[in-house]
Amino acid sequence: MIQINNLSKIYSGGEQEVMALKDVSLTVNQGEIFGIIGLSGAGKSTLIRCINMLEEPTTGNILINGQDVTLMNKQELRQLRQKIGMIFQHFNLLSSRTVFDNVMFPLEIAGVPEKKARQKVGELLELVGLSDKARVYPEQLSGGQKQRVGIARALANEPVLLLSDEATSALDPQTTRSILKLLKDINRQLGLTILLITHDMNVIKDACDRVAVIDNSRIVEVGDVLSIFSNPGTPTSRSFINTIINKEIPEEILYRSVVKNGSTASRLIRVSFIGASAGEPLMSTMLQKYNVKANILYGNIDRVKDTPFGNLTVELIGTLELINQAMDFLRENGLEIEVLEND
Amino acid sequence: MIEAIAAIDINAFLNSTLGENAWIPGAVLFATWETIYMVFISTAVSYIVGLPLALILVTTEKGHILENQRINEVLGGIVNAFRSIPFIILLILLIPFTRLIVGTSIGTVASIVPLSIAAIPFVARLVETSIKEIDWGLIEAALSMGANAWQIIRKVLIPEAVPSIVLGVAITAINLVGYSAMAGILGGGGLGTLAYYHGYMRYQTGVMWITVIVLLILVQLIQMLGTRWSTQIVSKRR
Repeated sequence: MIQINNLSKIYSGGEQEVMALKDVSLTVNQGEIFGIIGLSGAGKSTLIRCINMLEEPTTGNILINGQDVTLMNKQELRQLRQKIGMIFQHFNLLSSRTVFDNVMFPLEIAGVPEKKARQKVGELLELVGLSDKARVYPEQLSGGQKQRVGIARALANEPVLLLSDEATSALDPQTTRSILKLLKDINRQLGLTILLITHDMNVIKDACDRVAVIDNSRIVEVGDVLSIFSNPGTPTSRSFINTIINKEIPEEILYRSVVKNGSTASRLIRVSFIGASAGEPLMSTMLQKYNVKANILYGNIDRVKDTPFGNLTVELIGTLELINQAMDFLRENGLEIEVLEND
Repeated sequence: MIEAIAAIDINAFLNSTLGENAWIPGAVLFATWETIYMVFISTAVSYIVGLPLALILVTTEKGHILENQRINEVLGGIVNAFRSIPFIILLILLIPFTRLIVGTSIGTVASIVPLSIAAIPFVARLVETSIKEIDWGLIEAALSMGANAWQIIRKVLIPEAVPSIVLGVAITAINLVGYSAMAGILGGGGLGTLAYYHGYMRYQTGVMWITVIVLLILVQLIQMLGTRWSTQIVSKRR
């Protein structure tokens, strides 16, 4: 569907050159929802704009269904863009047009006969559940409704590809979920390939089939969402996964009264396990191997397509030496350990 | 018939009450009409020319939809040059040009030429500002749909800038009221001529004050209409 080969983008403003993309190569398959996650400034916004040539790459090429978009002339590009829908973080609806006329806009651009266009707009508003808002101006809509109009507009010319530029970043979590659900429905019903960029790992987790992690202008990791969650290969991926693990510790745990006797020490630790290691009985192996006791105080487990990830807050009790050995054992097996409290 | 009788009655009334000043109300009324006429036509002309200029100024900028630095610089330079000439000097400089077009450099119709030429670059900058207020995201969205430059101008830039452009029309018209008074001093007609010939040359201070009051009302009226028009458009979209 989309094949990006060795794409680079350099912004040269005056004396300073800014490298926005370094040698990016990616393949997006027909019919999938592909996510690109990165922090702001990582280059994801430039990357998605290169695909419909709103930004011109410095080197490299992009093939969409086999056609190299970097070689197209203006006329060919306009025709291509009519077949690539795009939705935006700030919706970018025209305040001078009603909801109906906003969705009509791309059809006017494409020169679709009015009667046919009107019928199409009606269908699209039905699809996104806004038929009753047809005569209303965008200013009167909520954020989620505005994005639904944006989606209807993006689908008007029956695109082969939908680009989503941080489409849920200005929305609250609940609205985000409903917009993602709509995108998934569209993906399934229409078989539409969706490429989205986001900085929110929840979006990747909830909507995407495959993901690319972009850091400092480079793609550092690509894979299906499941395998990235179960086995993140880079610290960047790991830290993104960590952002959506609930790390709050209830106060009564931190300030609980500890019963101590004699020479025993205790350590309050948080064990983060992401994926594969979660399936193995590492905790019980540790307890058998080292003479420590474990008091599990708090836990938080989430799943991505049946693969668990999350963290446990555990109090280890025993001699200092054994506790340290036990923690080393967990680290060696790929778990992340954080000491919350030294006795 | 009825109007004729009414007119006679009014004249008789004025003669009996104002004596030798009876000509004043009629003259003020006529001068007001001339001013409105000049301002209206020159505002219209300055927008017919200035609006396209503004669109060229915006769209030929670096990174915009019709990027062309050469055109942008040349046009910007011309606009600045005209804006830097004080109106009273432009008025004198344009006398031969006005004669060429209108056949005379005196009177209301002749004034429309320098008034329009003075207002065109002003309007170009004013509308340029209005268009630049539009969020780039809207233009980007249109580009992403495959719109060409003309479609973006017609369907995005102009409709989105309309509320702001309308406010600019009021500003322009008010400026032109002031300019028209200046043109009046050089025989341009309207309230300026009245104030100059009677209020200044003949020491009829009363006439001067009357024109000031009429101008004040005119300016208030234009601003009110402009504001109301713009608010109406905006509130329709809310």
